Amino acid sequence: MLEKLIFQGLIGLSLSMYLWLLAAGLTLVFGVLGVLNFAHGSLFMLGAYATFTFYGKLGLNFWLSILLSLVSVGIIGAILERFFFRRIYEIDLPYQLILTFGFILIFDDLVKMLWGGVAMIPPLPNFFEGHFQIVGRSFPYYNLFIIFAGAAVALLLWLTLEKTWWGRMIRASASDREMANAIGINIPLLFTTVFVFSAMLAALGGALGTPVRVVAPGIGTAMIIQAFVITVIGGLGNLKGAFVGALIVGILTSFGILLFPIFEMFIAFVVMAVVLMVKPEGLFGK
Amino acid sequence: MKLKTLLLIALILFLLFLPVLGGKYLLYMAIHILILSVFALGFNLLLGYTGLLSFGQAGFFAIGSYACAKILLITPSLLLGIIAGTLAGGISALILGYFCVRHTRIYFSMLTLSFGMMIYSLAWKWREVTGGDDGLVGIPRAPLEIPGVFSINMSSMGNYYYFVLIFSLIAIFIIYQIVNSPFGLTLKGIRDSENRVAYAGISIRTYRLLSFTIAGLYAGLAGSFLPPLENTVTPPIAHWTHSAEPVMVTLLGGIHTFSGPIVGSILFYIIKDIIVRFTQYWLILFGSIVILLVLVFRGGVVIFFFEKILPWFKRK
Repeated sequence: MLEKLIFQGLIGLSLSMYLWLLAAGLTLVFGVLGVLNFAHGSLFMLGAYATFTFYGKLGLNFWLSILLSLVSVGIIGAILERFFFRRIYEIDLPYQLILTFGFILIFDDLVKMLWGGVAMIPPLPNFFEGHFQIVGRSFPYYNLFIIFAGAAVALLLWLTLEKTWWGRMIRASASDREMANAIGINIPLLFTTVFVFSAMLAALGGALGTPVRVVAPGIGTAMIIQAFVITVIGGLGNLKGAFVGALIVGILTSFGILLFPIFEMFIAFVVMAVVLMVKPEGLFGK
Repeated sequence: MKLKTLLLIALILFLLFLPVLGGKYLLYMAIHILILSVFALGFNLLLGYTGLLSFGQAGFFAIGSYACAKILLITPSLLLGIIAGTLAGGISALILGYFCVRHTRIYFSMLTLSFGMMIYSLAWKWREVTGGDDGLVGIPRAPLEIPGVFSINMSSMGNYYYFVLIFSLIAIFIIYQIVNSPFGLTLKGIRDSENRVAYAGISIRTYRLLSFTIAGLYAGLAGSFLPPLENTVTPPIAHWTHSAEPVMVTLLGGIHTFSGPIVGSILFYIIKDIIVRFTQYWLILFGSIVILLVLVFRGGVVIFFFEKILPWFKRK
C-alpha cells in the first residue's frame, strides 16, 4: 500500500511540474500586467508543436529544439503584447477575456491548418530511455528529469525575482504601477519582457511534454483550465501559490485516477470551489 | 422608437413566413440562431444587467439538453422534455449559483468556469447516465401533445421550427418584461453601484442569485431545444469553449442593449455560413473579427447602428 502511495505520488509530482510551468507564466502576467490570459494555453500548445517540428520532424538535437521553440514562441509573445494586449490593460474584464479568447480560436485553427488535426508523439531522446527501480516498480527517467526541471525553474524564477535588477523592477511595478513609472521604470518595455518571459515558460512546459504527452490541437484549451484552477487555488498573481497549487492539483489528480476514476478532473474543481468559498483570494493571496 | 417597432413587426412577419421562403437548411440555421439567442439573452441578464460575467453557462445548457434527452428517451412527449430541461437548468443554476454569487468580477468568472467544467467532466465520465463520449443517441423528435386534447407531429423541419420560434418568442417577451420591471432596474442598480443598492436595504446576493437562476432557466430552455433537432447529445456542448459563444455574440451585438444578444446570434451564424464557404478554418477569421471588435468598436453592433449609421442616413 505504502509503495503504491509513493509511486503514485511521484507520478503526480511529474504531472505537477508541467502544470507549474504553465501556471507560473499565467500568474506572473496576471500579477504584473493585470490581464488574465486565456491564450496562455495556446502558447503552451505552440511550444509543443514547435518542438515537435524541430525535434521530431527536422531531427535536430533535443536541447537545440527546445531552445528554438522558446525563441519562436517568445517572438510570438512579443508581437501579441506589443500590438494587442497593450491596448486592453485599461478596459473592462469581459473584453479582456474575450480578446484573449479570440487568439485561442486563431491559434487552434492555425495549428490544424499547418500540422493537421491528428495527435502525434515523437520518439523519446535516447539518453532518456529506460526506467529505474523504486519501491519495487519502474519509474521512467524522463519523469524524474521533469521533476528536477520544474524544481530548477522554480528556483531560478525565485532567484530572478528576488536578486536581479529586472526582478526588482517587476516587483515594483506589480505592487504600484504608477509609482514605478514615476521613478523612471520603462513600464511598456518591462511589460513586454514579462509577457515574453511568461510565453517562454508556457512554451517550455509544452516543449518538455512533447516526447511523452500527445501533441494535438486542443491541448491548449484543456491545459489552460487546469492552470486557471491552480492559480485560483494559490491566489491569482502569486507565484508561490501557483507552485503549491500545481503540487496540489497534480498529486490529487494522480491519486484521483486510482480512487475515483470517474471524477479524476472533478477533484481539482472541488478543491478550487472550496478554496474560493473559504478564502476567496486563494491560499497565498493578499 | 417608431422605427424600432416597425423593424420588430417586419422581423416577426419574416420569421413567420420563413418556411415558405426557404428550404430545410435555412430553417435548420434559423433554429440554431433562435437557440443561441435564447441562450445569450439569459446570459446577458447576468452580464449586461447584473454586471456578472459567467463563463460556465454551457454547463446549464448541457444539463438542459441531457435532461430533455433523457425524458424523450423514456416517454416521447416534447412538452415534458422542454419543461424538464428548462427546470433542470434553472435548479442546477440555483444550487451552484448559491456558491457563485458570493463573488464578483474575476472570481465569479473563474468559479462559474470551473463549475461548468465540472459538469463537462461528469458528462464525459459518468457513462451510465450520459453515455460518455458517445453521448445519448437516437433521441426522437417527439410530437407536441397533451393526451386527449391535441397532438402535433414534429417530424417535419417546418413544424419544429414553429415550435422553437413560438417558445423563443415567449421567452424573449418574458425576459423583456423582466429587464423593464422593478426587478430589472434593481439589477442594473447593483451593476452600477452595489453599495447604494445595499444601503437601500436590498439583499444583493438574493437578487444576484435570482438573476443567475433565470439565466440558468434560459440556458436550460435553449439546451432542451437541441436534442429533438439533432437527435443526439454529446459532451462538447458542456465544454467551456461553448460557454464562450453567448459571451461572443453578446459582445458582438452589444451588452447594454436588449436586442444585442439576438443581433449578435444572427450575425454569428451569418458570418460563419459565409466564411465556411471559402475555408474550413473559419475560426481564424472569426477570431480576428472578435479581436477587431474588442479593439475597435466595443459598444457592439446595435449601438453602432443607432448612433453612427442611422444619424448618417438622416443627415442625407
